[in-house]
Amino acid sequence: MDTCIKKIRELSADLLEKGEVEKVIGFAKGTIPMATSPIAIQSKQDVEKLVFNSTCGLNLANYASGQKGKIAIIAKGCDSRNIVTHIVENQIQRDQIYIIGVPCSGMVDKHKIAKLFEDEIIDFSEDGDTLIVSSFLKTLTLKKQDYLKGNCLYCTHKNPVLHDVMAADPVEEQVLENPFPDVDLIEALDLDAKWQYFENLTKNCIRCYACRNACPLCYCPTCFVDESSPQWVGKGQNKTDVNTFHFLRAFHCAGRCTDCGACVEACPMGINVRDFTRKLNKDSLELFGWEAGLDVTKRPPLDAYSPDDPDDFIK
Amino acid sequence: MKFITIDKNDWTQGIDKSRDTYQLFGPVTDENGCQIKKLDTNVQPEMEYHESIMSAKSILFPQTEKILHASLNESIEDHHIMKRAENSYTPRAVLGIRPYDAKAMEILNLNFDTKEFSDPYWCDAYEATTFIGLGINKPGPFDFSTSLGTGPFCEDGLDILLADIDDKYLAKVLTPKGEAYSSACGFDDTADEKESQVLFDILRKEAEKNITSHVETDKLKEKTILELHEAPFWDDIAFSCINCGTCTYVCPTCWCFDIQDETKQKEAARYRNWDTCMSPLFTRHATGHNPRASKVQRVRQRFMHKLKYFLDKYDQGIMCVGCGRCVKSCPVNIDIREVCLTMNNFEQTTSEPKE
Repeated sequence: MDTCIKKIRELSADLLEKGEVEKVIGFAKGTIPMATSPIAIQSKQDVEKLVFNSTCGLNLANYASGQKGKIAIIAKGCDSRNIVTHIVENQIQRDQIYIIGVPCSGMVDKHKIAKLFEDEIIDFSEDGDTLIVSSFLKTLTLKKQDYLKGNCLYCTHKNPVLHDVMAADPVEEQVLENPFPDVDLIEALDLDAKWQYFENLTKNCIRCYACRNACPLCYCPTCFVDESSPQWVGKGQNKTDVNTFHFLRAFHCAGRCTDCGACVEACPMGINVRDFTRKLNKDSLELFGWEAGLDVTKRPPLDAYSPDDPDDFIK
Repeated sequence: MKFITIDKNDWTQGIDKSRDTYQLFGPVTDENGCQIKKLDTNVQPEMEYHESIMSAKSILFPQTEKILHASLNESIEDHHIMKRAENSYTPRAVLGIRPYDAKAMEILNLNFDTKEFSDPYWCDAYEATTFIGLGINKPGPFDFSTSLGTGPFCEDGLDILLADIDDKYLAKVLTPKGEAYSSACGFDDTADEKESQVLFDILRKEAEKNITSHVETDKLKEKTILELHEAPFWDDIAFSCINCGTCTYVCPTCWCFDIQDETKQKEAARYRNWDTCMSPLFTRHATGHNPRASKVQRVRQRFMHKLKYFLDKYDQGIMCVGCGRCVKSCPVNIDIREVCLTMNNFEQTTSEPKE
């Protein structure tokens, strides 16, 4: 994947030099291993700061709206789907954004890798499908495929669905017999066990709202948890309040979530917040044949009326 | 100074004995990682942990704490009268705390216990707590504590400092509270003072040698607040920030809180919850006006408070102990070491005078 970075830099330099865009939004190298940081490049000289590797797990569509003038953005498959969603939901105009598409071979699960070590990771590098990770105590050579983020494992849109230019040739998309085995496991639990599962999932949540703030869908001017008149939900660590936040946020993403995994990527506690949204994605697919962010001309299913709606009550 | 040798085989038995009089807290790991938590009677502290996501501050300053309560039942004489919540302040001991986390407690104490105001909830909890630190033999790559007046074997804020020496702990008992705790454990194998101190010095020097991460803060004091406030770098620093509360919540020295009243049937309670200057709600006025309405203003506030306002107000260094938690946990890798460097090295250009 790092071979496409040359092309990304070339394209970015060209766009900035010709004045076609005000800035290019991409990823910069982090200050610690396995970290990258979103950056806005405004001059040709700075394009060398751009990187693209398996640790770019955040979703740059989150930075696309609210920018002045035309911008260019580096987009993986999932970023591009959220740009489509942004266009459909009028967060950004199509002619305001220049999409540099990057075929993605998946991002790595940093928590899973960190758990292999007794001490802290001091170096991370990758060579194709091989990851080389070191701490003071040991160096491990890992197969990237074994350490993909949960959402990348089930991703069927690695290639950008909307782009102005591609930084590399498309990669092969995987065809999954069952795209939701993780949801099936939770669905199979009985009611009590299911409740226990979700209680356990959120037990270490510190309500920092990193999941919400990393999510391109969460652009409400004031989130319901931040409303104070009326106040919908308590702000403390009361279990009911914590869960209310997670449940309602997930439902607010129903039919809109692209399963980009930015929420999980951002969570400091390593909570798999996707367990909430995945069920809604499954329902969207099964009930409406819908996957979010694939078509700029279609509105999400819960936002549109169709005479073919499977439920009778609405007819 | 008194030193005690503790055989690791006697450790569990000793601290179990102390449970009769102390509520114990210590590092425990679950599927989300290691945290310093209250230890149930059958749970032992994991002394060999290498990092805890959250600091120990929640032991004295919980994320959510009931501080007052009242009855709304009007048939009771003192209905609607707020009274202090009955929290327990029986002796507590925190085991295996990092020395920089204990230093952070001293910083928090500067804020919660001042000449003008004493926060009763903090002060009572602080008074009740004994801090048993564990020296860090092998500091991690993101530990920059030695730049900030603390370090892997710093004694500030601790009642006992333990050194991990193979099959035993060597304990340096620093305060009467520490003395009381070691007696409660039945640890009484006194070690030679001179020899022990030499050993501590060697361990400290070895550990400090392993610290490769540093920050410079020497020029922050001489700069004016306005100079830094108006500096041109804040937009770049803030660009990637998603304005979550992670940095402030994982920080052992962030102390801001919010007060919330909640009622349930005939019971009313006042809670204080951790708050974060990263949230727009932190400063939104009842009128709707928000003096820190933009992201860049909020990011600037966090760093200005830690690296400039605090320094100017207390003259006791910056409000950071170099634990590196915010660097590691920030979803977008905003690095306080870099921000500190940028602020410290910033020179206002005189060719562009501000109006």
